[in-house]
Amino acid sequence: MSDGKQDETPVDSTPREPEGAAGEPDAGSDQPSRAQSVLREILESSTLVVIMAIVASLAIGGLLILFADEEVREAATYFFSRPSDTFQAMGDALGGAYAAMFNGAVLNLNANDFAGLIKPFTQTLTMATPLIFAGLGLGIGFRAGLFNIGAQGQLLIGATLGAYVGFAWHLPWGIHLLVAVLGCALGGAVWGFIPGVLKAKTGAHEVIVTIMLNYIALNLVAWLLTLDTFQRPDSNNPISPIVDETAQYPLILGSEFNLHLGFLLALACAWGVWWLMERSTLGFEFRAVGANPRAARTAGMNVSKAYILVMTIAGALAGLAGSAQVLGTEKVLTTATAGSLGFDAITVALLGRSRPVGTVMAAILFGGLRAAGPTLQVQAGLPVDIVFVIQALIVLFIAAPPLVRSIFRLPAPAHEKEVAA
Amino acid sequence: MRNTIRYGALVAAGALALAACSSAPEDEPDSTATGTETETEAPVEDVDYMACMVSDAGGFDDASFNESAYEGLTRAEEELGIQIAEAESTAESDYGPNLEAQVAAGCDLIITVGFLLGDATAEAAAANPDVNFAIVDFGYEEPIENVKPLFFETDEAAFLAGYAAAGTSSTGTISTFGGINIPTVSIFMDGFLAGANYYNEETGGDVTVLGWDGTDGSFTGDFDNQTNGQNTAQGFLDQGADIVMPVAGPVGLGAAQAVQSAGDAWLIGVDSDWTQSAPDYADVVLTSVLKNIGNSVFDTIEASITEFSNEPYVGTLENEGVGIADFPEGIVPEDVAGALDGLREGIISGEIEPSTAG
Repeated sequence: MSDGKQDETPVDSTPREPEGAAGEPDAGSDQPSRAQSVLREILESSTLVVIMAIVASLAIGGLLILFADEEVREAATYFFSRPSDTFQAMGDALGGAYAAMFNGAVLNLNANDFAGLIKPFTQTLTMATPLIFAGLGLGIGFRAGLFNIGAQGQLLIGATLGAYVGFAWHLPWGIHLLVAVLGCALGGAVWGFIPGVLKAKTGAHEVIVTIMLNYIALNLVAWLLTLDTFQRPDSNNPISPIVDETAQYPLILGSEFNLHLGFLLALACAWGVWWLMERSTLGFEFRAVGANPRAARTAGMNVSKAYILVMTIAGALAGLAGSAQVLGTEKVLTTATAGSLGFDAITVALLGRSRPVGTVMAAILFGGLRAAGPTLQVQAGLPVDIVFVIQALIVLFIAAPPLVRSIFRLPAPAHEKEVAA
Repeated sequence: MRNTIRYGALVAAGALALAACSSAPEDEPDSTATGTETETEAPVEDVDYMACMVSDAGGFDDASFNESAYEGLTRAEEELGIQIAEAESTAESDYGPNLEAQVAAGCDLIITVGFLLGDATAEAAAANPDVNFAIVDFGYEEPIENVKPLFFETDEAAFLAGYAAAGTSSTGTISTFGGINIPTVSIFMDGFLAGANYYNEETGGDVTVLGWDGTDGSFTGDFDNQTNGQNTAQGFLDQGADIVMPVAGPVGLGAAQAVQSAGDAWLIGVDSDWTQSAPDYADVVLTSVLKNIGNSVFDTIEASITEFSNEPYVGTLENEGVGIADFPEGIVPEDVAGALDGLREGIISGEIEPSTAG
């Protein structure tokens, strides 16, 4: 979230027509839809708003922690006869919860050695890895004006292909991992290519097509896992064999930590996406198409080609997110491999305002929240749902920048003032 | 807008104030000082033993095996006076970290639920030989020294239900369907079919079973979508079936709805006694195929406090790990109900094979 400077560059803030402006009879299909202008407004929200949204979410999360805590509720029933009990219980509950979050996601202060101390942070980075991959891909789509909901399906298909290469083929060390990773990217790319082509050639809306492809992917994987080829020998459970060790991402900090090479690959991809979007002609075309497809077409750009390429690249990145699961942490394919990653990644991309650095930061934040889940439950005895509530609140606040601005009395961004004037 | 918030806050504060008027409890020295586990004032003596549980991605409120297992854990807390901790998984990537967190929290016994946790449990067991584990609904090919598998011969009980259903059906057609085709589901369906086939052999009847043919059958595709359950059950009813056994967790509630509105049809519940767990449909429940996961978890914890053994627990008719619930009065013909005791003995002694495979 340190890329605040880029916001001032007029990339995304190309002059926009004020909404509802009269005298636009030729509102063709290329006209930025209302969804797209909302999307753009979210992408333009300042770093401060994002940080404040996180602060507000953690604060409301704190309130919920208080309500969820049994001792607080008990002490609150006699608040007026002995208020100190309530405050002490509140302090204990909040202190315990935030301490558990810190111990689970950043540094474990209860550990007796250095490895134990830093283990939570490596776990956070591990959890962040698939979110970085998928978030980067979605970010490219968002900046090109495509609301891609299909990371879930792209991730699953990528994971399926990669896992298959991982357990069914037996290749030498090095080559096996490379082929498996490429398999993941290819699977995701195919699943992204389909809605891209449909959008470019027929105008089918990418939101609907990608949502439907998510279902197709999930049911396809569920069916594949009923076949002997995808099941373990002597077992009928829908779970694939463990991928060969030669196809697994090596652990970069030794066997004590779960952090694997996929994390470094994700950072490399972040750099690659930055270069693509900020330094290459192709990236300029993507951004131009996102800002105003009609203008881009008039300027001689091939909008259809841009849509197809954007969706394919986004799919490949989502497929790589699948590799973090099947070649990194899980090492097996099941119908639950994707979890809710594809949807969390949408939040991550929006929170990171679709910029690579922001996406990495947001993914680490979400990875941290997920990594804190176990300690939050086991150490503080709180339901894991608190984590999801905090995540959802962040989305809510990010999606409503004016709300955050009014809570914290922040000034409105320049262009809104103009519109209002 | 601002006024609304103010009034809202006032009302909320008032409500809280009213709720906060009761008197403080007698001062007990250092009652809330530690603030770790809530001290239950149960009459049982506290035992220094900590049992923990990790759910699969379904969560502890899945109205299925996670929930049953969790009931066993909470019962152990109440009746045995042990400490418990639980961790709900929301995704596959949570399994390992949840297990690690529980090992770090000092759990003596960690119970995991479902085959999806098989790998993670084996890994954690290998890394922590001092900690004991148990896993519900899964067995390893090679036994692991500190892992106790708990599984259930549910086909034995489903066989009895299938026999009873075949003897009760007035249309001569009974049916079953599952959520997803996995062994823990299809074992119910297979026992059900075997029971109906046995009825046909014994009595020369001609009862047809829809939804399972011994290797494949009807599955709704998940364990959530009740509408699919309703549609599938309706499909069976339209084909003349008058008894439906859904093996799909909460999806079965959809089937119960279809059966109830059809009238003249019966439902067979699974896992728990549906006259208790789905009281809205108690009037159409013929019986339930019981899978006492909660009991097995409780027994495992109780036994492990004194001595852990990795001997698999197998729930059977004999040890009442599985069974069937009572029939409503006057529905199942007496000769059919009377034959069940003999069948039960036959299955326990091994004379009767409760699956179609044998």
